[in-house]
Order: sequence, then structure tokens, then C-alpha cells
Amino acid sequence: MSKTIEKLDSEVKEKSTIARYVISLTIFVIVMALSWVIHLLKITQATDFPVNFSPPVTNAIDDFVDFLVVNFAWMFDWMSDQAKVLIGKIRDFLIWVPWPFTILTILYTGWKVASRNVGIGSAIALLLLASFNLWESAMITIAIMLIAVLISIVIGIPLGILAASSNRFDAIIKPILDGMQTMPSFVYLVPGIMFFGLGNVAAILATVLYAIPPCIRLTNLGIRQVDIAVVEAGTAFGSNRMQLLTKVQIPMAIPTIMAGINQTVMMALAMVTIAAMVGAGGLGADVFRAMGQLEQGDAVIAGLGIVVLAIVIDRVSQGYINNRNQTTSIE
Amino acid sequence: MSNIEIVNLWKVFGNDPEIVFEPDNINKTRSEIQDEFNQVVALRNVNLSINPGETFVVMGLSGSGKSTLVRALIRLIDPTSGSILINDKDILQYNSQELENFRRHSVAMVFQHFGLFPHRTVLENAGYGLEIQNIDIDTRNAKAQEVLDLVGLSGWESSYPSELSGGMQQRVGIARALAVEPDILLMDEPFSGLDPLIRRQMRIELKKLQQTIQKTIVFITHDLDEAITVGDRIAIMRDGEVTQIGTPEEIVTSPANSFVEEFTFDIPKTRVTSVCNIMVKPLTEEFDKRYVVTPESSVEDMIPLVLETGDPIPVVDSKDKLVGVVPQQKILELVAQSARQEYSE
Repeated sequence: MSKTIEKLDSEVKEKSTIARYVISLTIFVIVMALSWVIHLLKITQATDFPVNFSPPVTNAIDDFVDFLVVNFAWMFDWMSDQAKVLIGKIRDFLIWVPWPFTILTILYTGWKVASRNVGIGSAIALLLLASFNLWESAMITIAIMLIAVLISIVIGIPLGILAASSNRFDAIIKPILDGMQTMPSFVYLVPGIMFFGLGNVAAILATVLYAIPPCIRLTNLGIRQVDIAVVEAGTAFGSNRMQLLTKVQIPMAIPTIMAGINQTVMMALAMVTIAAMVGAGGLGADVFRAMGQLEQGDAVIAGLGIVVLAIVIDRVSQGYINNRNQTTSIE
Repeated sequence: MSNIEIVNLWKVFGNDPEIVFEPDNINKTRSEIQDEFNQVVALRNVNLSINPGETFVVMGLSGSGKSTLVRALIRLIDPTSGSILINDKDILQYNSQELENFRRHSVAMVFQHFGLFPHRTVLENAGYGLEIQNIDIDTRNAKAQEVLDLVGLSGWESSYPSELSGGMQQRVGIARALAVEPDILLMDEPFSGLDPLIRRQMRIELKKLQQTIQKTIVFITHDLDEAITVGDRIAIMRDGEVTQIGTPEEIVTSPANSFVEEFTFDIPKTRVTSVCNIMVKPLTEEFDKRYVVTPESSVEDMIPLVLETGDPIPVVDSKDKLVGVVPQQKILELVAQSARQEYSE
């Protein structure tokens, strides 16, 4: 008796599923038919959207940027000049140091902060770059990247600390960071060109904007993750906010903050390459130029150069983080 | 040394604590308030007076409000109403500067989960309280070393907390608290996270330590055995209220209600009953000097003596003067009672 009821039940269910599919299909067919009729009768109100807000908004943005550029030209020029001088100096220095010293330095650093294999591997990778005549481009890429990372850290870590200590600020900055991280990477090039024109400075601005979110996020996370019992103990001994931050929370958040910096470095490298589109020099520019001149060989070699550089930087900084975490042995 | 006076202390967790104080609601039980208003009464009209230099134990099951109470004493939790007078100053009226000073100098806390700083060595952990007072590094390290020696951690100064066993970690916690030379030591279930053997050892060490340091100690525990070992007086809490306050002997021998009685069921009466409460007047001035006890010792201490002599046990004061005797019959009665307790389970 009960079995028949179950059987009936399942039959009913099956029927209702089939019915739902049939209904959906019917609606789809009707909508398609209507669309065909609309195009046949040329009802333009339904095919073209009746309003377009784009021109006024575009104009407003144009005016605003014009206003900024005209009135604050001195500031942008000054910033641009400073940045150019700085990039130039770092690049000149990196190129000025004879290549054997640079390779020995990376061998030693890789060995010390990560492991023997990382050190040797990094040295070989740099030798490869040099032997394919990518040395100078690589040094330019590193120079731009270093400055962008430095700016990201100097701005990102304080913002992360602020976000960790204020829930309101966190609520404001979170959607902004989410938005920044979902944007396609070359959208970041726009503000750079607007204020600084083509060149390395625009590239740095784009790189900073692109690379800063993980630095802010992971600083915030690291501080928030600190064991509440330890923070309570710090408070109970009469630490003020500054002492709690500098003596307890930040030191305990260091591993997470370092992970954030590692991500920032990797994202900066990715962006510096794309920033070749706004005139940044370096390996990205080599790829871009070679592609433009249909020299596939050059493009592939410069592209592989970027990959090699990325691996070296990632291995060394990752190794540093892992070793550090092991020695401080945070529970 | 400080005395602590807790007066009409309330703590209500929730978004609208004031509703509990309305005349219609003030007498409602904890669960009624929770059901009707979604407010949790953690402390209900607590009144306690803690004497200078005593070890005062607050005992209760989880959720009884004992941790809230000890956190209120250092204002890690701000009570809803009432006052806490320490040396006649209401600490609940302190502004943030006064509070910081109070936490730096007058009171220190030992935590259940130790709360040690994993990125600092044992020495740096012990010196933390002094470091935030901006005391120079030499003075700070000397003091930290001194308290580490006191808790028996000499030689571990440069280790990190994660390299230490649980018992040793809690010693660091105690050293860190003692380094700031507080008047009051708050201990929130300090030994609950340790193995039973280490736990017993730590209790005995705390008792010894207290004889040297003579602080006012507020000790939180859920273990009556522990309360009786370390406590001069015990307050038993239930549902945010204090049910009974008394010496271990008073709690065990005359529990205020069935709740306390159930708690004390496992504790043998011979362990807490003092000799002075059961001794009788001596018939003669003469007594055997080999088998004497003091009035403060427990009945348990007399049992080995009973095995060696057939005479009543003489009780002498600190000047070796006979103040009473305990007939063997009385001791046996109490032992029999304790044994019955054990078997009736």
C-alpha cells in the first residue's frame, strides 16, 4: 500500500519537473517570437535604449580632470620630476653595478634568506637574463617595481592598521578594495595618463593602485587575527593603544603582513609589464615593441624573461617569509 | 595590600541593559529576562568584601559570572551598575588615564590561557608590564629575572613561550604579573588548562608563594578541591549571584543550600574541619609531646597520630601550651562520615 503511494509520489514529482521545463521553454519561444516581431515592425523605442547618460558624465569628468591638471600642474609636475629622478637613479645604479657583483649578491641573498637551491637557481636565472641581452631591461623593470612596492608599503600598511583599529574605516575601505580588485588591470593605466602623461611615472601610479590592495587587506587581517587573549593580557597590564599596537599586535601580525607584501611585489611585477602600454620601460616594453614590429622571437624571449624574473622574486621573498615564520615559531 | 569592596555590582550583556532595572523586571530570573528581552544577566547584585592579604576564591560553574566578575575588577569588562572600591576609590569612575595607571601599578592578572606574547622571550614576557611603564631596560631585566627565579624558571630566560610546557608557561604568566609589584593579583582559572598532576603541584606552590609575597589574591576556579586548597575564604556563585561566602570549613560543614551541598559532596569533612572546632577541654595538664597538633590544622593531619598512640590527641598553641584535646572517638566519627559520603555515590 505505502509502496504504491511512494511510486505515485515520485511520478507526480517527475511530472511537475517536466511541466516546469515545458513552461520555461514556451516562455523562451514566445519572447524570441516577440523580439522578431519588434525588429520586423522597427519599433526603435524597444531596440535602442531611450536615454544615454554617458555624454554629460563624460564631460563632467573631462572638466574635472582638466581643472585638476590646469590648477595643480605644478604639483603633478613636481611629483613627476621627483619620481623620474628617483627611477633614473635606481636604474642607473642597478646598471652601473657590474653584472658579476649583482649575480653574486642574489646568490648570497637567496641562499641566506631562503635556501641553497633558491640562491643557485636565482643566480642561474639572472645569468640567463644577461646572456639573452635582457639585463638592462630587467633592471629598469626592477627599478620601477621597487619604487611602486615601496610606495604601496608606505601607504598600505598604515591604511591596514587604521582599518584594523576602526570598524567604520574598514567598512568604507572594504568595498573600495573589492572594486579595485575586480577591475581589469589596464583600467588602472587611465588615472596615470590623465595626471602624468605617458611614461614611467604614470606606470608607477598604475602599479601602486593595482598592487596596494593585498598590502592593506593582509595588514588588516593580520592585526585582527591576533589572539584575543593576548590582546586582553596586553590591555590588562595597562598598555595604551599605541603600545598595544607596536608591542603586541603588529609584531604578532608580521607573518601575515609579509605575505601581503609578497603579493604586492608579485602584482607590481605583473602591472609594470602591462604598464608598457603607457610608456613604461623595461621587459614589458620589449615585449610590446617586438609585438608591434612582428618580431615574434624577441617577444617570446622578453616574455620568458618576465617569467624568469617573477619566479626569482617570488622564490626569494617566499623563502624569506617561510624561514622567518619557522624561527619565530608562532603557535 | 589592598582591600576590595564590591557593592551592588550588576552586569547585563545585551543592547538594552537598562530594561532589567525597571521595577517590573528587577525580580525576574535570569532565564526569564533572557527569554523576554534577550539580555543576559551575568552579575546580579554582587556584594563582596575582600580583605587585604587574603586569598579570596570565587567559585562557580561555567556561566556563573565568575569570569565576568574578575574582568570587572580590572575593567576588561565595564559593569552596568554598582561600584568597586579599591582602597576606598571607585575604579569604575576612573578616566582612561587613571585606569591605565591603576592597571600598571595596582593590579595584575594571570589568565586561563596564559596570554603570553609568543614573539617575546620569557624574560621579555616577564618584563612587559615594566616595559610599558617606560622603565629602563636594565632595571626591567633585573626585576624580571628576580620574579622568574621566584617562580622557579631560572635558566629559561631566553626561551620562547612555545618551547615551554603548560605549567612552565603559566609560571611565566605569574612572573609577568608579579614583576609589576601589584597590590592585587587576579587569577582567572590559572591552572584549569594544566594536567591534574601539575595542577596540584602549582596549587601547593601558589600557597607557598603567597606566604612570601603576601598579596591580595582573587582566585577564580570551577574546582572546589582547588578552592579549598588555595583559599582563605570562598564565594560560591550561581547564575550571576553570590550564593554563599565563607571559609572552606564553613562551606563544607554548613552549606547554605542544596546547590552548595551538592558541590561540597565530594570533599571529605576530615580535610576541612579544623582541630579547634572539635577539641574538648583537657582533663590533665600532662600530654605526650610527640603527638601534638595545632588548633588550625585539619582533622586529616591527626589521622597518622591516631595510628601511633591510643590516647586523646593533645592540641597546643604556638607557645607549646596545651589548649585542648581531641578524643579518638571524635576523629573516628568524622572519618566514618567521610567514608559514608564516598560510598554513597
